[in-house]
Amino acid sequence: MLLLTEQVLNGLQFGVMLFLLAAGLTLVLGIMNLINLAHGSLYMIGAFVAATVARWTGSFMLGLLAALPATALVGMAVEIVALRALYRREHLDQVLATFGLILFFNELAAMVWGPRALFLDGPSWLAGAVEIIPGVPYPAFRLAVLGVGLAVAAFLYWLVGHTRLGMLIRAGASNREMVAALGVNIRALYTLVFGLGALLAGLAGVMAGPIYAVEVGMGEPVLILAIVVIVIGGIGSIRGALVGAVLVGLVDTLGRAYLPSLLGLFMGPANASGVGGSLASMSIYILMAAILVWRPRGLFPAHG
Amino acid sequence: MDNPRAAGARRAALIGAACALALLAPALAAAAGADYLIGVGTRALILALAGLGLNLALGYGGMVSFGHAAFFGAGAYTVAILGFHATLGEPLLTWPFEIAGTESAFLAWPAAMAAAGALALVIGAISLRTSGLYFIMITLAFAQMLFFFFVSLEAYGGGDGLGLWARSSLPPLDLHDPWQFYYTVLGLLALFAVLKGRLVASRFGLALQGIRDNERRMRALGFPTVRYKLAAFAISGAVTGLAGALIANHAEFVSPALLSWQRSGEILVIVILGGMGTVAGPIVGAIAFVATEEALSQWSEHWRIVFGPLLVLAVLFARQGLWGLIAARERIHD
Repeated sequence: MLLLTEQVLNGLQFGVMLFLLAAGLTLVLGIMNLINLAHGSLYMIGAFVAATVARWTGSFMLGLLAALPATALVGMAVEIVALRALYRREHLDQVLATFGLILFFNELAAMVWGPRALFLDGPSWLAGAVEIIPGVPYPAFRLAVLGVGLAVAAFLYWLVGHTRLGMLIRAGASNREMVAALGVNIRALYTLVFGLGALLAGLAGVMAGPIYAVEVGMGEPVLILAIVVIVIGGIGSIRGALVGAVLVGLVDTLGRAYLPSLLGLFMGPANASGVGGSLASMSIYILMAAILVWRPRGLFPAHG
Repeated sequence: MDNPRAAGARRAALIGAACALALLAPALAAAAGADYLIGVGTRALILALAGLGLNLALGYGGMVSFGHAAFFGAGAYTVAILGFHATLGEPLLTWPFEIAGTESAFLAWPAAMAAAGALALVIGAISLRTSGLYFIMITLAFAQMLFFFFVSLEAYGGGDGLGLWARSSLPPLDLHDPWQFYYTVLGLLALFAVLKGRLVASRFGLALQGIRDNERRMRALGFPTVRYKLAAFAISGAVTGLAGALIANHAEFVSPALLSWQRSGEILVIVILGGMGTVAGPIVGAIAFVATEEALSQWSEHWRIVFGPLLVLAVLFARQGLWGLIAARERIHD
């Protein structure tokens, strides 16, 4: 029971972290119709900048404060220099060009920070554990990640659904020309949305820093998970991204924790840990394939 | 743009020159005292074959697969696992029927194609329920699934990979000789380029291109479009699987890295850089890719910092691919 609570919380925490990444990805995809594989690079940049600043100043919070604008700026610069020209291209062209950007950013990070992993400590006031239920201690930092993720989800819901900016964003997604004709600077709006997505990716990277290692290429595995999340949730849907992220987080974490012992009931322990391990790492892809067979446009299709 | 006949003559001349160059390449490399270039050339030809396979789905069928590394890796692992069991002298399977290991190219390479083709059939059957962006993503997800499958396949090396004791035996040739291996790969590439040319000009190929351009209309004409696409996807996977079998022989080593999503990206880059929907495109693309990689990596270990932006520029400005630039081809579609 104790272990289960902990694993469920781990799954939720992993899920909301994926959500931060998936939210930016799905916003850009749903609104600008751009598939940005380099989104994972922004996550990596966020983590590296935070780790570097935190090392200089000794403060995680200063690292966080530096990393957020830094990733937003990098994101907006990339949008203006390269991606803006790709909005009207086929998805194939976008995949290729952003694949090129990944190669560039990974190599750049390797040149600047070197091949070895950096470590980022969380803030000292979140170092301990909290007893969520009597007798079940849980790391305070992971709990904070969970809280931040849920707060961002609520903020995005409010921003997109209940503000003037959100209205313009949704209008721009359904008819770009019309919004431009009404006197809205749609280019600037897109750049702004891209910057917001980049900032969320950077935030995810900073919060991942103390939990996982900060290293070159850290963005891609998690990017692929974020893609799985938005495909499950339905491209362009923030709500879908949240549900998909939590599903993926839970299935992945619980699968890794329990599949080997579950299979142990049916086969020898050596076989069970091997088969269970591989099933666990494949489980989210199986989940995605199953959902797409059932609903080819994801759980919450955004348009139509 | 030149008139079609001049462009056709130019294309024929280019292809002739390229064939001559490909035949003479090992001798030229040896004469220049750079024998290692034969291996580099072999790798380029193998990647060209992989691209040629992908192009059938991508360029002619309009199916953007971001998971072809799965078929590449499946072909490679088939050869490696069969070879592994041949060395051990233990059968691979004893039930429901016995499959012994083998090092014979005549058995292992067709087996690699069959395994990759069957895999493509399954993946395609599920993925083709979706389209557009979802198709890109689901093929990527399947490739990742296989990647993790091989990572956890401890019996065959897991994440560390599996070395081959020897290259496949293809009597009377000795594939350990770089020259003979080069010409074997070249011969296979030429064979499949010709076959592919025949296939895309056949009724099947024309129907497939019709589906690419307007699936609805083809369906209204009575073509079972999903079945056509699925068949093309399976053939595409099988050809890429053969390329995988060759790369396993080339490196004498297989590892899950063969199935990584970066590899799928590379094969895509090769096809698109070269020019989709053309027979020569992936070959030009593969040679350009390997040559750029070789040249830049001699310049610096951080060659990707140049290669990445080059790729972005190529996407932005060379929309017909290199072959389109060289051969001044009229635009095929869109």
